[in-house]
Amino acid sequence: MSVAVAVLRKVVGMAVTLLVTSFLVFSSLYLAPGDPVSFLVKGRSPSPAELAAIRKEFGFDQPFPVRYWHWLDAVLHGDFGRSYLFHESVGAVIWARLPASLLLVGVATLLIAVVGIGAGALSALRRGTRTDKGVLLLVTVGAAVPSFAAAVLLRSVFGVRLGWFPTIGNGTGLLDELHHVAMPAVALSVTFMALVTRVTRASMLDELGREHVEVALSRGVPRGSVLRRHVFRNALGPIVTVSGLLVSGMLVSTAIVETAFGMSGIGSLLVQCVDELDFQVVQALVLLVVAVFVVVNTLVDLVHPLIDPRIAAGGGAR
Amino acid sequence: MTLLSVEGLTVELPGSARPVLDAVDLSVAAGEVVGLVGESGSGKSVTARSALGLLPAKARVTGRVLVEGKDLVGADAAHLREVRTGVASMVFQDPRAGINPVRRIGDFLTEPLRLTKGWSKRQAEARALELLAAVGLPDPPRHLRQYPHQLSGGMLQRVMIAGALAGEPRLLLCDEPTTALDVSTQAEILALLGGLQRERGLGLLLITHDIELAAASCDRVYVMYAGRIVEEASAGELFGSPRHPYTRGLLGSTPPLTGPLERLRPVPGAPMSLAESAPGCAFAARCDFAEPGRCDQSPPRLLPVPGAADRSAACVRVAELPPVVATEVRS
Ligand code: SF4
Repeated sequence: MSVAVAVLRKVVGMAVTLLVTSFLVFSSLYLAPGDPVSFLVKGRSPSPAELAAIRKEFGFDQPFPVRYWHWLDAVLHGDFGRSYLFHESVGAVIWARLPASLLLVGVATLLIAVVGIGAGALSALRRGTRTDKGVLLLVTVGAAVPSFAAAVLLRSVFGVRLGWFPTIGNGTGLLDELHHVAMPAVALSVTFMALVTRVTRASMLDELGREHVEVALSRGVPRGSVLRRHVFRNALGPIVTVSGLLVSGMLVSTAIVETAFGMSGIGSLLVQCVDELDFQVVQALVLLVVAVFVVVNTLVDLVHPLIDPRIAAGGGAR
Repeated sequence: MTLLSVEGLTVELPGSARPVLDAVDLSVAAGEVVGLVGESGSGKSVTARSALGLLPAKARVTGRVLVEGKDLVGADAAHLREVRTGVASMVFQDPRAGINPVRRIGDFLTEPLRLTKGWSKRQAEARALELLAAVGLPDPPRHLRQYPHQLSGGMLQRVMIAGALAGEPRLLLCDEPTTALDVSTQAEILALLGGLQRERGLGLLLITHDIELAAASCDRVYVMYAGRIVEEASAGELFGSPRHPYTRGLLGSTPPLTGPLERLRPVPGAPMSLAESAPGCAFAARCDFAEPGRCDQSPPRLLPVPGAADRSAACVRVAELPPVVATEVRS
């Protein structure tokens, strides 16, 4: 099977997954408690005629499949409807908050990659030493600290007590934004960093024990090259897989971290819109997170044969 | 000239009851094929690895490992690299495990040339093509681009041998080079190794658990048990008249009733693990000739066998044991 066909199959699979998700997302919000109409008429007591009018205006009077079809058609054209809460198109509401969240996730990803992979590799190479034990201890603690607890702790120590970092808001200008995003990014990354460190360490240890490593050394290949070209290179598979899973996990966690640091981003938007029953926005956000998840995992699947040629392209890495 | 001379090599690992190697003496001369025979855990692989300076990092090492006259025990990285890239190399048992599965055959062959000798990619690939042809692979240019999983075990072992020859070594260490292969391929690989050895005048150390294989393909054979050399003899003498009780056991010196296959039966009892030790002869627990009061006092030393020039055995009773009934040679 050629690579092009394999890629095509993946992309089709991705599209089907997204379609199924869109249906689930759409229907689950209608099955969830809280009628959107009652939200719209909050505080008033409309007559049955008025209610019917509202239902008609928003299309609630039509049968479910028709509503889904209209919604899907609009979504495919980039129209996610209007936000009840912001009186704006859902696209504009999300678009305005996306950059801040991307910066947050980006900085956190960088932290996770550099610190997580670095610490994992270091502790694997120094197995059994004090460095290794220290890293393992931090990993255990890090994995156990939920991001909201990390957020509270970081705010009170570095924000309030030491005053090194701002405790609230997004900041303006790149430097100020980075300054604002530093603590949230740390809070966001702690748990995932621990996970990546652990996976990197285990994978590296696995590879360090392989016979081909000894063979390479026996042939005079310098230790540094062996570690880079054989140990780390071969350890990449699990690291890439777990990183793919982390991206969407992080998107979800932005909800907690952004709220804790009073940042405006898609995470805090999600919390707000769930609170206020702004269904259109919630639908779009859930769909967005799922889409990112599916796209990233498809990419991971496509990259895997490059990492390990024993996995045929299109065979998947599962 | 003596290529490899191991002198009184003792290797101790923390936490084990006996040394992994105990005063091992062994030598391989240029153009000579030497066998090193023993069960797993006897220390034969450790001995071979010592010739490349590949002893475990935690090990306490005494004695000397002279490769072309220079000691590898405590040698610095530069010296080790010099030996590994140009003097000695090893063919490992399982090429599936020994060749990085995610890199191309070409990478495996050219890596040391490019990284340690600073050859260009072109130069190194030209050399790799020569090597693949020298080990009898049918389509060198294609193999260069292939991944290990695309080759059969036998072909991959040829790649491993090609890799070992890359630095034009004078000493080839072969650690069970055919054990991981199916029977029909084993003979081919042995023939290839023999041919290369003669062609290039290599000193070859063949590590194997199969004493008949060693007797058939070597000039001289050492037999190891529990970290010690227990017998050394020319292949013919060893096979015709083994002296040490362990060697006798390995050769199944009691004539078989049911044909040659029966002789593959292992020596009864289990080899001594690293967690055990014995005050006297390590083989006593499995030895038919063990005599309390003599065999359990102190470890028997490897001494010349009385009346037989050029061979030695480590057994206190070697002179008084009954001669071996002649065994038929496996054809
Ligand atoms: S020393 Fe004693 S126990 Fe050891 S091999 Fe000789 S006879 Fe057997």
